[in-house]
Amino acid sequence: MASRDDIKFLSNPKLGQNQKKYCRFRRFGIRHIDYKDPDFLLQFVNEQGKILPRRITGNSLKYQRKMATAIKRARHLAILPYVTDQLK
Amino acid sequence: MLNYEITFIVDPVLSSDEIEATAQTYVEMLTDADCSIVHRNAMGLKQLAYPINKRTSGVYFCIEFQAQDGTIIPRAELALTRDERIMRYLTVRLDKYGVKYNQDKRDGKIGSKRKDDKSESKVAAKPTIVKSAPVAAPLKHADGIDSSEEE
Repeated sequence: MASRDDIKFLSNPKLGQNQKKYCRFRRFGIRHIDYKDPDFLLQFVNEQGKILPRRITGNSLKYQRKMATAIKRARHLAILPYVTDQLK
Repeated sequence: MLNYEITFIVDPVLSSDEIEATAQTYVEMLTDADCSIVHRNAMGLKQLAYPINKRTSGVYFCIEFQAQDGTIIPRAELALTRDERIMRYLTVRLDKYGVKYNQDKRDGKIGSKRKDDKSESKVAAKPTIVKSAPVAAPLKHADGIDSSEEE
């Protein structure tokens, strides 16, 4: 029977698990998301222009919804595209 | 007092006088309806992310105003829809955080991280206040000892 000490890995399997994901809006006290600011909104959008899911961005539900409405408003005003490739 | 923001895109093929006049008509329409204009922002000619009416660029304007009630909004939107010079518009009702955000943006408090003085002063404000209190106390105590020794 191999004990716990005998099992060795080449790299620590717990690497990368310690980074706790947080909502950046709650952390820094940002209450309003401006739809007119494309540089800020590009952080939450992938290369195809799609809105990134919450498990990737780390946002809380409240701010993910505000972010989504801001992106949709920016898309309506042609500040962001609906579909594209090589956005970033 | 309700805070609203109307952003609209004007056709860029018009002459600059006509573009300016288009924006001015809506500013006047709002002031005639007893709205106080908080800010009029001409964002200028920008490339559109996708073509609208076969045009690839547009002149953006943003008007932020305060109104007593929301009755002018349907009238303003109707005028914006009927106006052939305007390609798109968006009316947004601002909550108190939106109003504060716009105010801070005009004052320059929200910006890129290159403005290190302002962002650092905001973040470091609290820690410096806490640190200065215990530092001041031993200085006072030291002064008391020195004066007593001199005597």
